[in-house]
Amino acid sequence: MSGEPKVLIRNAAKIYGGTVVLERLNLAVDTGSFCTIVGASGCGKSTFLRMLLSQELPSRGEILVDGIPLPPEPSPDRGIVFQRYSVFPHLTVEKNLMLSTELERTPWTGRLFGRKREAARTGVAAILEKIGLARARALYPTQLSGGMQQRLAIAQALLKRPKLLLLDEPFGALDPGIRADMQALLTDLWREFGMTVFMVTHDIHEAFKLGTRVLVFDKIRHDPDAPEAYGATVTYDLHLNGKNRRPIPDPRDLITAPGTTKTGVSPHA
Amino acid sequence: MRIINRKPSRLTAFTLGLVPFAAAIIAYAAASHYRRLENPDDKLLPSLSDMAAAFARMAFEPDRRSGDYLLWVDTFDSLQRLGAGMGVSVVFALSVGVAIGFIPHIRSTLGPFASSFSLIPPITILPILFIIFGLGETSRIMLIVVGTAPVMTRSVAQAVMEIPRELIIKAETLGASVWQMMVRVVLPQILPKLITAMRLALVPAWIFLISAEAIASTSGLGYRIFLVRRYLAMDVILPYVFWITLIAYLIDRLLLMLSRRAFRWHHLQGESL
Ligand SMILES: Nc1ncnc2c1ncn2[C@@H]1O[C@H](COP(=O)(O)OP(=O)(O)O)[C@@H](O)[C@H]1O
Ligand SMILES: [Mg+2]
Repeated sequence: MSGEPKVLIRNAAKIYGGTVVLERLNLAVDTGSFCTIVGASGCGKSTFLRMLLSQELPSRGEILVDGIPLPPEPSPDRGIVFQRYSVFPHLTVEKNLMLSTELERTPWTGRLFGRKREAARTGVAAILEKIGLARARALYPTQLSGGMQQRLAIAQALLKRPKLLLLDEPFGALDPGIRADMQALLTDLWREFGMTVFMVTHDIHEAFKLGTRVLVFDKIRHDPDAPEAYGATVTYDLHLNGKNRRPIPDPRDLITAPGTTKTGVSPHA
Repeated sequence: MRIINRKPSRLTAFTLGLVPFAAAIIAYAAASHYRRLENPDDKLLPSLSDMAAAFARMAFEPDRRSGDYLLWVDTFDSLQRLGAGMGVSVVFALSVGVAIGFIPHIRSTLGPFASSFSLIPPITILPILFIIFGLGETSRIMLIVVGTAPVMTRSVAQAVMEIPRELIIKAETLGASVWQMMVRVVLPQILPKLITAMRLALVPAWIFLISAEAIASTSGLGYRIFLVRRYLAMDVILPYVFWITLIAYLIDRLLLMLSRRAFRWHHLQGESL
């Protein structure tokens, strides 16, 4: 890896109509990192991902990828998996996966026919197999279980080989048993594709299990007279690596209640 | 068991559904019978057999003056107008509705105008249409368009705006252009809702069709019932009303069937009327 970080965030903030949601975000993330993001509900984790996706623009500061400021709208170099509504309900599993090829090849109709269509169909066979949906290829998303839908969503997000993969609580609605399978699949794909991942989760065990880096978002500055004056920021930035796995801290030590001081874990591993 | 928890079997449900129809027919037959006992020449409530005879005459005997089979000519002419009017409306609603729903600048430009325009009672425009287009076919079709296009446009625009933003963003990350998003994401997602909008719009469409034919026409189902009204020919009017209702019902069912066939994914999600 060169010295330049993949993602560089400089003093970014997001303000919604006078309410500061996020502030003082400063972060340098290396290529191939798997950043997991935890924090209290409503503290701005989704907002952070939306800024990385250019669905929202930072109110202050800047975000650079490979040293270049982000474009002002979503683009194929950043893939996204939402908790819901990630796949197209009007397309079957297979067609959901073929869509990006069809869009690439046919600017006007957005559809392939005949032999080219068959080629595109063959092209997604491997990924269908990999995510275990080969036998469900002709089903519509509503006919799939939650886990199957999210597997499809992850596969679809990776089709354009994005440099960044963003996931917003992708397994939040799944049963614990299925979750473990999904985590394994995601880790596999991350190793295979080598992209940089940002994943929001509300499960701190998941954050430590999957991440090479755990970012804790929290609101530490409070003005009792003006609760909107300050927003959340990254309060803990924990670098994990295989050799140096530490016990998973208690969430209560990471995310403070207003007015208390932090003890327990020291920032930066 | 409480009445809210008791469900009729299929056969019972079907039979129960027939009861009001049977009751209405019996009530009519009885009323007609007793009225005609008093006055055999009564025109107001003709007997069922008189109506059947009149209907058969309209359908299977050529008209003495024109030699046409009036029912079929009327039906054909009316359906042609209805089809043309609805066709223009659908094309208009799709193109303008998608543009308004999908592109913020067009929404800002056309939104307020479209909302105001849709509040004009269409029938008040009829004289204007007659002046502009004359008393011909164009005016009649335009009345249907004016009567249905604004609401359908609104439904389409609303349906486009209700598409989860996540899906549009997803399409952007898959490299779709605005046009590709329209043809591969927006259009397929709203087509089932367009069919629902069409089914709802058919009610006003029939009203405007019949009105236009009643006011200025020389053929059509609406023309016929308003023509024979002068002779108090209830034996023609009532079967015609029944016939119009039947056609309206069949078109509605046909559209629903089309929707179920073509947009199976939509009907998998439950709700359908
Ligand atoms: N478009 C918006 N307009 C105004 N406020 C918003 C908007 N989006 C999010 N917020 C606010 O920003 C805060 C953070 O939201 P979010 O990022 O969804 O939190 P999280 O994902 O951490 O639960 C919430 O208080 C929410 O009400
Ligand atoms: Mg969130």
